[in-house]
Amino acid sequence: MIDDPEGQALFEAEARQLTESLEAGLLALRSATGDRALIDGVFRDLHTLKGTGGMFGHAALAAFLHDFETAFEAVRDGSLEVSGPLIELSLKAHDHVLSLLAGGSPEPGEQLLADLGALRRAGTAAAEGAAPRRIRIRFAPDTLSLGGVPGIVLDGLRELGATAIRPLIGDLPPPAALDPAELHIAWEAELPAGIGDAELAEVFLFHEEALEILADPAPGAAQPPAEETGAAPPSAAEAAAGPPRPRDGAMMRVSAERLDEMMDRVGELVIAEARLADLAARSGDPQLVAVAEEIQRLATGMRDTTMSIRMTPIASIIGRFRRLVHDLSQALGKEIELRVEGEETELDKTVIEMLADPIMHLMRNAADHGLESAEERRAMGKPGTGTITVRAQYSGAEVLISLIDDGRGLDAARIRARGIERGLIGPEEELAQGDLLKLILEPGFSTAAQVTELSGRGVGMDVVKRTIEQLRGSIEISSEPGHGAAIHLRLPLTLAIIDGLLVEVAGERYTIPLAAVEHIIELPAEKAEAGAAPQLLNIRGKLVPFLRLRQLFRSDGAAGPHQKVVVVMSGELRVGLTVDQIIGSSQTVIKQLSPLHATQKTFSGATILGDGTVALILDVPQLVAFGQAREEREAA
Amino acid sequence: MTGLSSSARPTADAAGGRDMVTFRLGGELLALPTGILREILEPVRTTRVPNAPDFAPGLINVRGAVVPLADLRVPLRMPRPPADEHTRIMVVELVLNEIPSVVGILAERVHEVTSIDDAALEDLPGVGTTWPPQFVIGIGRWQDSFVMLPDLDAIFSAHLAGESGAQPTSGKDCLP
Repeated sequence: MIDDPEGQALFEAEARQLTESLEAGLLALRSATGDRALIDGVFRDLHTLKGTGGMFGHAALAAFLHDFETAFEAVRDGSLEVSGPLIELSLKAHDHVLSLLAGGSPEPGEQLLADLGALRRAGTAAAEGAAPRRIRIRFAPDTLSLGGVPGIVLDGLRELGATAIRPLIGDLPPPAALDPAELHIAWEAELPAGIGDAELAEVFLFHEEALEILADPAPGAAQPPAEETGAAPPSAAEAAAGPPRPRDGAMMRVSAERLDEMMDRVGELVIAEARLADLAARSGDPQLVAVAEEIQRLATGMRDTTMSIRMTPIASIIGRFRRLVHDLSQALGKEIELRVEGEETELDKTVIEMLADPIMHLMRNAADHGLESAEERRAMGKPGTGTITVRAQYSGAEVLISLIDDGRGLDAARIRARGIERGLIGPEEELAQGDLLKLILEPGFSTAAQVTELSGRGVGMDVVKRTIEQLRGSIEISSEPGHGAAIHLRLPLTLAIIDGLLVEVAGERYTIPLAAVEHIIELPAEKAEAGAAPQLLNIRGKLVPFLRLRQLFRSDGAAGPHQKVVVVMSGELRVGLTVDQIIGSSQTVIKQLSPLHATQKTFSGATILGDGTVALILDVPQLVAFGQAREEREAA
Repeated sequence: MTGLSSSARPTADAAGGRDMVTFRLGGELLALPTGILREILEPVRTTRVPNAPDFAPGLINVRGAVVPLADLRVPLRMPRPPADEHTRIMVVELVLNEIPSVVGILAERVHEVTSIDDAALEDLPGVGTTWPPQFVIGIGRWQDSFVMLPDLDAIFSAHLAGESGAQPTSGKDCLP
C-alpha cells in the first residue's frame, strides 16, 4: 500500500526490531515452555510483522507469516505444547523471515510450513460465531497517515452481511484541535450469526487491533473465543500478562542520524551558553545574568533530554547474544548456558551498536576456546553445561561490561610463549599477569591456525581492542586456570557531553568528570610540601593515595597554601588529585584529542570553555590506576 | 571543510608551477602547498598539554574545534626564537593515522602565496644544512632565495610512529 523509500526504511527498522524480539521470545521459550506472556509475545511479534509486512508490499512475507502464525495459534490455544523441535523449527522460520526481508527466495518456506503442520495436532474446533455479534471498529489515529483505508474494512463487513453500521464520533476533538490527518471516528456494527473469526480476521487483515468484539447483544450466547488468527479483543488475561501496548503512537521511530545531528547542535548550544554565562558574569548586569541563568537551565534540560533519548539498554543487543549462544551450542556440540545480568543498564546508542560485534567475538572465543566439552567438564568435577555470563553494571562515570566463562581459563605460559615467538615481548621481559593476558589483544598475536569457522568471522581480538579504545574504553583480562576467564570492558557512559568539575592547577584549567568525583577536601598542611612522606591521605578511616597534579603535569611555580584534594573513583578504587583551586562545575562537550596527542593517556579529551580557551579533560580510570600502581610500588 | 588533501606532497606530474604559501621558520624560508591550507590565524591562547612532546606542545580553539598546534622547528632541528608580533598559525588539513585531521602549524612569519615550479626542485645538498633529509621534499626558488619544502607526511608519520626524538622526555611521575 505504501511505496516510498522513507516508509520502507521505517518498515525495515521495525521489522528488524520485531524479528529480534521474536527470536528473543523463542529462545526464552526454550527454558520456560509454558510461559503465557512469552507465547503471547511471540504471537504478537509474528502478527505485527505480518501486518506491517503486508502493508509495505512484502506479499511473500505476509503469506508465510500468516501460515506460520496460524500454526503458532495452536500453541496459543494450548492444543500444541512448546517443544524443542518446535522451537528449532520456529528459529528456522525466523531465519527464513530474515531471508525474505533481504529479498531471498520464498521456496524454503513451504517445507518449514509443512514441518510445522506435521508438528501441529488438530486444533480444537471451537464453535465460533454461533450467535450474532456486535463489534466496534476503532482504528489507531495514525491509520490514515500509514496508508490504511477504513472504508475497505467497512465494505468487507457489509459483504459479510453486517448491519447497523454506525459511526461513533464521541472522540472527535474540538475543531481547533482537529488534525485532519488523524482518524477520530470509530464504528459499531452488528454481525449476523455464522460469521467465524477467521472470516472476520480476513476483513481486518492489517487492522486486527481495530476490532473489538462487544458483549453479545443476544442473551445467553457465550463470549466468542479469542482464538484463530489473532483477532483477539484485549481480554483481562492479556492485560494481566503484560503492560498494554500504547494505543496511539506514544512511540516514535527516529533515524539515528537525526539524533546525532541533534546531539551536535546541543553540543554547540552548550558551548555558546557557557560563553553567554561568562559574559553575563563579567558584565555584572543582573538582568543579563538572570537571562543567562535561564538559558543555562534550558540548555541543561535540553542536553539531558537529548542524551536520554540516545540511551539504550544493553537488553537491545542481548537477543543477538542468545541466538549466538544457541548456534554455538549446536555447532560445537557443547551445552552452553547464557546468563545475563544488568540488561537494563543503559549506554549511548552509538556505544551499544559498536559493542555488539566485539562482545559477540569474545563470546565465540569463550565458547570455542574457553569452554570444555561436557565430558571434560564432568571429569573435572564441573557441571556439564558451561556458562557464559554477560554482566553490565554502572561504575561511576562508566559502565563495566564483563564477559565471564567458567571454562578452562587462559593459559598464561602459552600466551607468554606465543608473545615471545611473535616478538611482542622480549624473552626476559617480566609482565604482570593482567598485562601478559592482554597480549591476546595484540594484532600479531592470533595465528591463522586459530581462526576456526566460528571465531574467524572477520573480527579479531585486535579489532575488539581497537573498537573499545575508539569508544574511549579499556579492557582488563583475568583468568583462573581450570575455573574460567573474565574479560572486563570499561566504557564511558556517553561520548558527547558530561558534567565536569573545572579546577585550576598552576594557572591552567582542567576538567574532571563530575560523575567520578566522590568528594573534595582541603589538603592537610603537613602534606602540602611535596616530599618523601607517603603520598597517602586518611579519608574516613581509609588510606587513599593521592597524586600531585602540579608534579604530574610539570607545572611551573609553587603551590599556594590552600590546595584542595579532589577524590575520584573508578570501579572500587579511588585516588586523590591535588589542585590549586576549584572553579566550579559546568557542562563539558567532549572533543577527542587528535592522533598527535593519542599517547597522552592522562587526558580523555578536551573541551572549550566559556572564554573560548581549551581545557583538557582528565582520564580518571588512567589516573586511578596510576595512583594505585604507585601505592603498590611504594608499599613493596 | 572540503578539499581534504590526502598528502602534503606536491604531485610529481603537476604541470609547471604550483601554488605555495611561503613562510619563515628558524630564520629559514619554507613553503607549503596552498591546497592543504585552510586559514592563517593570529596567535591565540594556547593550552599546554602536559608531558606532550615539544613537536605538539598545545591545543588551540579554531572556530569551535580543538586543534593541536605543531612546531615544525623541532623535527627540522631549527632554533626556536620566542613568538613576536609576526608569529602566525597556519591551519592545515592533514591525514593522521588515516584520520582526516586539522592541525595548526606555527610560523614565525607568513609571506605570500606564490607559484613554485615543482619540476625545478633540487635535492637537499649533503652539506651546509642541519635539516634531516628525510623530512625535506626538496629546495625550490622564490625571489632569488632558496625555499625549503618540508615533507609534512614524513614528519607527522615519524611523530606518530614515535620516532624523530619527538617523544616526551621521560620523568619519574610521567604516565605511560
